Amino acid sequence: MILVIAEQRGGTLNRTTWETIAAAQQIAAGRPITIVLPGASVGTAARELATAAVAEVLTVESPALEPYTPDGYTAALQSAIEQLSPSLVLLPHTYQTRDFAPKLAARLNRPIITDVIAFKTTGGQSTFARPVFQGKLTAEVAPQGPAPHFVTVQVGAFRPDQAERGATPAPVRALPVNVEAGAIRQKPEAPFQQAKQAVDLSQAARIVSVGRGIKEQANIAVAQALADALGAELAASRPICDSGWLPMERQVGSSGQTVAPKLYLALGISGAIQHLVGMKGAHTIVAINKDPDAPIFEVADYGIVGDLFELVPALVKALKDS
Amino acid sequence: MKIAVCIKQVPARDWRPRLNEARTWIREADATYEMNEPDAYALEESLRLKETHGGEVAVCSAGPARVSHVLREALARGADRAIHVEDEALGSADGFAVADALAGVMKDEQFDLILTGLQSDDQGLAQTGVVLAERLGLPHATIIMEVQVGDPAGSGDARLRVKRELEGGWFQWVAMPLPAVLTIQSGINQLRYATLKGIMAAKKKDIRRATAPPGAAPLQKIVSLYVPEKTKKTEMISGSPAEAAKELVRKLREEARVI
Repeated sequence: MILVIAEQRGGTLNRTTWETIAAAQQIAAGRPITIVLPGASVGTAARELATAAVAEVLTVESPALEPYTPDGYTAALQSAIEQLSPSLVLLPHTYQTRDFAPKLAARLNRPIITDVIAFKTTGGQSTFARPVFQGKLTAEVAPQGPAPHFVTVQVGAFRPDQAERGATPAPVRALPVNVEAGAIRQKPEAPFQQAKQAVDLSQAARIVSVGRGIKEQANIAVAQALADALGAELAASRPICDSGWLPMERQVGSSGQTVAPKLYLALGISGAIQHLVGMKGAHTIVAINKDPDAPIFEVADYGIVGDLFELVPALVKALKDS
Repeated sequence: MKIAVCIKQVPARDWRPRLNEARTWIREADATYEMNEPDAYALEESLRLKETHGGEVAVCSAGPARVSHVLREALARGADRAIHVEDEALGSADGFAVADALAGVMKDEQFDLILTGLQSDDQGLAQTGVVLAERLGLPHATIIMEVQVGDPAGSGDARLRVKRELEGGWFQWVAMPLPAVLTIQSGINQLRYATLKGIMAAKKKDIRRATAPPGAAPLQKIVSLYVPEKTKKTEMISGSPAEAAKELVRKLREEARVI
């Protein structure tokens, strides 16, 4: 049996949960799929999950699971997995999963393969592909030893609309687990946004985005000139915002904004996966990078290998001339 | 406060990947190495905590002999001592093996706080810190952007309050008792670099070497390593900068119709 651990916040399922269900259905090859949904009161979200073509949906409910803590989730899901004995456990590779899933796998002493983008099954044995070395290479990884094997599915690697729906709703039932509230050591406060997002990059039609290749803060002006010529918003990969060269609100990627403009022009961005998940939905992607092997070229429609400090002024001129 | 920071040495950013003959790992001898970037931020945070609260910073790494370079660098930046769990196989080991190796030397040290980077720039498993916490029986929090240690209630029990990064620009404060393990996000602080004085001082600081515990069988195995397949057909534009720029503008206007 394949187990999917669904993720909800405030009763709302996230998109990556549906992507993970799609992945489970593709890998199942006839094996039944069970979805587990942890939380305090998750009936509505469970009924939404029951529209998927799966064997059943199990709610794992306890007041101690709201708000989320790694101690609470590990205790509840350890109990669920021990009751269900799945062969494979799939989770969305979200920040929340990253926070508890390695602990859960370590407690059970079972392998956890994170950030998976594809799988291959031969002779009943599955291997899982994941990016390594900042996306420069892909590793095909085989879990070792007894089941269950844990796999976290990268955001955007599978399409949520590929999740097959059932002809009739799957049965929903409660799986009793005992979570001792007193044993939870983390005391979370309410989530908040740092500052009002003054820039909504998700609405931008065109974005010029800069990465480490811009080299120093003074050179941001080079990219700004191109953004102005294109009528584009200026954005950046994480290291640029970490250095304070552009405000955090202009960061694109898993920890920043997710964008889908008509044109995304990446200047000196290598294309680490944390950046790609935030922009690969763009309609047309242009990459300018001095490294011909930079992973950004894997998602680009147009690429130029070269020095951005020569190419960007030439682009500004070409835009003005035409 | 007795602080430990766990660091890893990874191939430098500009390293061009070369594979071993079996295509199951990189040719380690060909790579140039540097301190894993998120770990550098964890080191900086530990030095700042020591400056505020006193105590010591011990830097720990589990890896091959080459790892002593980044340990020395950490000592030059201000760490007080180093622990090196030395084993050639740890260079390509998974997060469980690394966490077990670290836990073996750290469990008797009674550290108050253990920091490490949220993930490594080589395998990028994002597991080691969390697994280490589980092995040591300590609470943890991940992807941390601010660390506060204090005793606001005056109870004599110092507590930890940390700012976790959530997705999409959201954050959350989480309190927990010490000792604890935190995984640190890049950008939490501004890094310092070693001074000449620091480099000189580091030469006299102690690096304790330990052997790795007899490891359990690995729980995951890389069966092949390859350059990723392209998901899109990328049209590469060549020529002089002026020619390439002109051609790109034409394509964006006439083919893609996005400008």
